[in-house]
Amino acid sequence: MEKLIATDAVKRGMAQMQKGGVIMDVVNAEQARIAEASGAVAVMALERVPSDIRAAGGVARMADPRIVEEVMNAVTIPVMAKARIGHIVEARVLEAMGVDYIDESEVLTPADEEFHLLKSSFTVPFVCGCRDLGEAARRIGEGASMLRTKGEPGTGNIVEAVRHMRKVQAQVRKLTLMNDDEIMTEAKILGAPYEILKQIKEAGKLPVVNFAAGGVATPADAALMMELGADGVFVGSGIFKSEDPERFANAIVQATTYFTDYDLIGKLSKELGTAMKGIDISRLPQAERMQERGW
Amino acid sequence: MATIGILGLQGAISEHVKQIEATGQKAVIVKQVDQLAELDGLILPGGESTTMRKLMDRYGFIEPILQFAKQGKPIFGTCAGMVLLAKKVIGSDTAHLKLIDIEVERNAFGRQRESFEVNIDIKNLEQPFKAIFIRAPNGERAGKDVEVLADFEGKIVCARQKNILVSAFHPELTNDIRILEQFIDMVEESLKTGV
Repeated sequence: MEKLIATDAVKRGMAQMQKGGVIMDVVNAEQARIAEASGAVAVMALERVPSDIRAAGGVARMADPRIVEEVMNAVTIPVMAKARIGHIVEARVLEAMGVDYIDESEVLTPADEEFHLLKSSFTVPFVCGCRDLGEAARRIGEGASMLRTKGEPGTGNIVEAVRHMRKVQAQVRKLTLMNDDEIMTEAKILGAPYEILKQIKEAGKLPVVNFAAGGVATPADAALMMELGADGVFVGSGIFKSEDPERFANAIVQATTYFTDYDLIGKLSKELGTAMKGIDISRLPQAERMQERGW
Repeated sequence: MATIGILGLQGAISEHVKQIEATGQKAVIVKQVDQLAELDGLILPGGESTTMRKLMDRYGFIEPILQFAKQGKPIFGTCAGMVLLAKKVIGSDTAHLKLIDIEVERNAFGRQRESFEVNIDIKNLEQPFKAIFIRAPNGERAGKDVEVLADFEGKIVCARQKNILVSAFHPELTNDIRILEQFIDMVEESLKTGV
């Protein structure tokens, strides 16, 4: 009767419980309570939402632990928080505080431009971004228990999230059709761990939950990502940068659950006020593109 | 063949579908209230109970599920589902369906970092069951009509009262269908008695 903590089943299982749900970025207790009341499955505690990180410039770091603590005390749903890519100590601090999931996130300024965290060495589970199957498999290999396909955060533009969701799905489909003797070369091409690709081929799907993230600005955007096969949706700047966050949050939650009910999504989208102003990603200088961070 | 519905608002839905199909029964994902009529049994899956409750209210599921239970049709709740079925939720004014006479505490074993798996003995099962507890609730107290099927560290983690079955852990995260088979037995029993 030995009790085992931090097993794959426990870490990945937590993300499985989030499926079909919306995880919302919040910067204080009040926003966290609005998110919970509107039906968010979890909140991501941040110092600034991505669009404000963009506006502020400079180095974006882990949130002030006071904010994280305030959010943890405000809600009973799980609380996630972001650490910089490769920042072992930020991640350990968040783990010590008891956050339920850590996002090793390209939204923050990377602390290491070569190595990601060895996430399997932590008790707390991690979610990581990916743009293709190679990146997804590398993160799983390092111990990520959940993925989110990357969009371009803080832009209100869904195009990158769509591109990457389609890409990962297509690469998984291609892999499942391969012969066993083709997997090693595919691993070499993708820069992916061979064993992880083998598992994906056998299961016919990723071994962890994969949400969509980055650029979700409307209920229809959220439903689109579900339609494309996302297990759920992260919404960052979209909610609390809109005119009526409470209604907006409610609408996105319902659109995610009933993503093929177009009458409903139409109704939900009426009179929501202005969504956040979007950014055309092709006009975004390369140095400002967050999705390209991660190796 | 029995038809088992899984409340499909949020959570580990496909995991339950897979398990139901492994028992040879028909699985239906329930997103609309009128789907309840075609079911012989209903599963409230693991997920976030707050989110599910919010959507159950918005889409009018509470009363129809109470009616479903009143007809004697079996309901099985795992983790969040157990919270939704409990008569009382400690530290909260709002219990949900109140269909099983049990007082639950949410996140009773701690936050995610304290989540765990352990082999436990369950009444009527010969071999231990790998129970995966994720931010799990527990049953602090149960009424006299409740049959406790498993406890762990002095807390109730699996129980039954007439047509209602609950577990604080997630059988749907394993390949072990023995608890689900017990639920299917309950469903078949209720079909036989023609409720």
